[in-house]
Amino acid sequence: MLSICCPWCGWRDELEFSYGGQAHVAYPANPAELDDASWSEYIFFRDNTLGWFRERWVHTAGCRMWFNAIRHTVTNEFAAFYRPGDPVPEMPVEVVR
Amino acid sequence: MRLSSGGDIFRDRPLTISFDGRDLGGFEGDTLASILVANGVRVCARSIYAGRPRGLMSSGSEEANVFVQVVSGAGEPMVRATEIEAYDGLVTESLASKGRLLDLPDTSRYDKRFIHVETLVVGGGRSGVAAAAEAARAGGRVLLVHDRATIARGEGVESVVGMGGLTILTRTTATGLHEHGYVVAVERRTDHLAVPPETWSRQRLWNIRANEIVLATGAHERPIAFAGNDVPGVMLAASAVDYVTRFGVRPGRRAVVFGCHDGVVDAARALAEAGVEIARVVDARPWAADEVKQGTEEGSLDVRAGVVIGTASLPDGTLSGAVIQARDGSVETVACDLLAVSGGWNPALQLLTHTGGRTRWADEAAAFVPSQRPQHVRVVGKASGEFAAALRPEPLFCVDGPGSDPADIFLDLQRDATLADLRRAVAAGMRSVEHVKRFTTISTAADQGRSSSVLTVGVLCQELGVPMTEGVTTTYRPPYTPLTFALLAGRDRGYLADPERVSPIQDWHVAHGAAFEDVGQWKRPWYFPAYDGESLHDAVARECAATRSSVGMMDASTLGKIEMYGPDVGEFLDRIYTNLMSTLAVGKVRYGVMAAVDGMVLDDGTVARLSDNRWILTTTTGNAAKVLDWLEEWLQTEWPDLDVRCTSVTEHWATVAVVGPRSREVVAAIAPGLDVSNEAFGFMEWRDAMVGDCAARVMRISFSGELAFEVNVDGWRGQALWEVIYEAGQPYGITPYGTETMHVLRAEKGYPIMGQDTDGTVIPQDLGMSWVVSKKKPDFVGKRSYSRADAAREGRKQLVGLIPSDGSSPLMEGAQLVETGVDLTRVPVPMVGHVTSAYDSVSLGSPFALALLADGANRHGEELQAVDELVGTRVRVTSPVPYDPEGARRDGN
Repeated sequence: MLSICCPWCGWRDELEFSYGGQAHVAYPANPAELDDASWSEYIFFRDNTLGWFRERWVHTAGCRMWFNAIRHTVTNEFAAFYRPGDPVPEMPVEVVR
Repeated sequence: MRLSSGGDIFRDRPLTISFDGRDLGGFEGDTLASILVANGVRVCARSIYAGRPRGLMSSGSEEANVFVQVVSGAGEPMVRATEIEAYDGLVTESLASKGRLLDLPDTSRYDKRFIHVETLVVGGGRSGVAAAAEAARAGGRVLLVHDRATIARGEGVESVVGMGGLTILTRTTATGLHEHGYVVAVERRTDHLAVPPETWSRQRLWNIRANEIVLATGAHERPIAFAGNDVPGVMLAASAVDYVTRFGVRPGRRAVVFGCHDGVVDAARALAEAGVEIARVVDARPWAADEVKQGTEEGSLDVRAGVVIGTASLPDGTLSGAVIQARDGSVETVACDLLAVSGGWNPALQLLTHTGGRTRWADEAAAFVPSQRPQHVRVVGKASGEFAAALRPEPLFCVDGPGSDPADIFLDLQRDATLADLRRAVAAGMRSVEHVKRFTTISTAADQGRSSSVLTVGVLCQELGVPMTEGVTTTYRPPYTPLTFALLAGRDRGYLADPERVSPIQDWHVAHGAAFEDVGQWKRPWYFPAYDGESLHDAVARECAATRSSVGMMDASTLGKIEMYGPDVGEFLDRIYTNLMSTLAVGKVRYGVMAAVDGMVLDDGTVARLSDNRWILTTTTGNAAKVLDWLEEWLQTEWPDLDVRCTSVTEHWATVAVVGPRSREVVAAIAPGLDVSNEAFGFMEWRDAMVGDCAARVMRISFSGELAFEVNVDGWRGQALWEVIYEAGQPYGITPYGTETMHVLRAEKGYPIMGQDTDGTVIPQDLGMSWVVSKKKPDFVGKRSYSRADAAREGRKQLVGLIPSDGSSPLMEGAQLVETGVDLTRVPVPMVGHVTSAYDSVSLGSPFALALLADGANRHGEELQAVDELVGTRVRVTSPVPYDPEGARRDGN
């Protein structure tokens, strides 16, 4: 079970949270202007990153707030937790241990 | 045989256990295994497939042969004899590697504990105790878990019992190491007791979160495979010594000791000191020489360079001799009843690899050692592999001697898998140990390859002619030792397995004999039998008829309700619902559908505007939490500029639906101040009213097509409201009904249940609801998807009604729709749709169904067959609104 730091509540066990997939995929400003390919890209396509990944979480069984995190998809290590609208932290440099 | 002295046993506390009906004597401190050794029981099990006699091959958790069924106490289907602490009255039965599950519920109590520590030390041997002492001295909370009854003590070991900050859990096995310092451990509290204290739980599941984890898990001795290596009497060398030193029992009279490192001579000496005659020490290392080594007072040790290539056995299958091939190729058989074997050591790194740790083969240690450690994990002692180099090991995995049958060379004793099996896998083209594992089943038994896994990697590399450094072990996964499901459930069993939600009117329903059904976590009245034994079918027919002809009432309190507040609610709902909501006037109610971004229907419900800034919306009973999540996600992540607050008020309101042509009279009677006329109180409007002294919100909403009022009051007043309505409805024969009648009534009107009549492929247009999809709004969630080619194409599956052509055959939910004339025996049978809801209807005088049918909107009037269990029933396609299609009943009569 992951240990996750909610930017509002602090460290909690994973079972209080729900996963929200890749972060910073904004709803298109004007969907009507997108062609089918671009719209499909928004709906169906997400990165499948091996390594550091920006993703969304929500503190479902806590404050119910959404936030972002940077997690390593292999080691599950977290490098940062940040609120929506906060400056986006730099990606850590990949360290092979 | 029991020695006259020695061992960590209490010789003044004798006890008797039963094994396969035989009473055997032992002492407190014994394991079942040491009692078997003490009593000379050499054949203790049969192998799983070949039925070969098997004996103890170890003294610890690597035991692969002797698993038993524990019959006494709480009972347990399959436990290693080496891990059962004996108590007076223990009853066990031997197994062929397969236990029997009892078909009785486990009545033992299981608990869970949660603990946070700075340092967790796994393993209470010398290294673990030292690590725990060091961490405790540094300050902070330290937890030491050890899978045996006592931690290491004695000469050279610091006494840590009672040390500040240190908690010691014995008889506790760490079974999984997970991310971020999370470790699961099981503490066995009562299995070793003849009479456990009444108040004790049998086991505890420890959920441990640690900043630092020290693995002091030790190492398991590695066997060497050779022909007949499964014969009772062949035992790991260190285990043979362990029986002498821990239990004061002698596993044999005359031994051959065979190995490939310096440690075998030490093992031979220890056995000799216990009075075991050492017939021969066989050293397989290429530089080994024939020599006579200093032994003990009993005599010197005859060490020869060579290998064991086979065994001889007595008629009962037990060991009678070791076949030894000397360096010069000569072969002789040396009589012995114990063949102590050591192929070196495997650091116990299962936990390390549970969460991303890696191992690599180290030639100098002849072992897989840690190469990549997860965050905050440290490995000490034998588990780190550092000890092994001092033993000058030369790896030897398998001796395929002259004349040996590879089918007699066992790699996995518990799976009866041999060198012949492995060669078959290689011949079939397999190179990866993961493939070989799946082909041969090696290391898939209860011991998860503790003794066989590395052995197999070694033999595989040998067969493929590649160096060991190219070998990798199979992936170890939690749990390290089997856990019972009852332990994982803890106290959350039976009634406590899942929260149970009930409406505020539940007591009345129970008192009036309602039959219940589960809707998510809710208990909802299913139907109300009018007399003992009234069937579902009869009750529903009666409830439907009463409601359509006079008046019925239903508890709708479980409907999801979300109150929304803020100046931007209208704007927000316009973006979330497919239809326009912002234009809704105060006092009005509107039906709405929500879609996902892909345009598929998510949920439906009603929206009522309570004031300029206050709104309340309803959701499907099972979808309430999902819809609230959905709303909050959009508000927080996409449109934080909108001033909107959402609050779940499902439990705050009790809702009673009063349904049917006489509902107006009933509502008028309970709320005399409310003008219930069509003119004053129209369809899809809401009004405040007083029911007695209780404030109520009354809505004219219908989920049946009938004139209907939904009366909402404070949840605490729900049952009082129900009783008032029930009383006022008596002159009209008011009939309480449950979910089944509700379903029949709504289906007769073609109202879909989202999630039953829809799945993730249905858009509102497929339900005949193009009217609910706004053309005016510039955008809403899902809108863009309706102009995708797939949404606009002809022939999509659409909601239709079905009536059996004979007017009487029942239809089944889930039945597939097939064109008439199609031969159902010729597969694949082309299918054009499926039944989503099916009921018997008194109003229609026939069974009927709703279905999703390809191009269904254009096929009304045609015939198809609805196929269930290969039997086709002729059906006629109708509009999805088989009853009252013109909506004449909405305003009553």
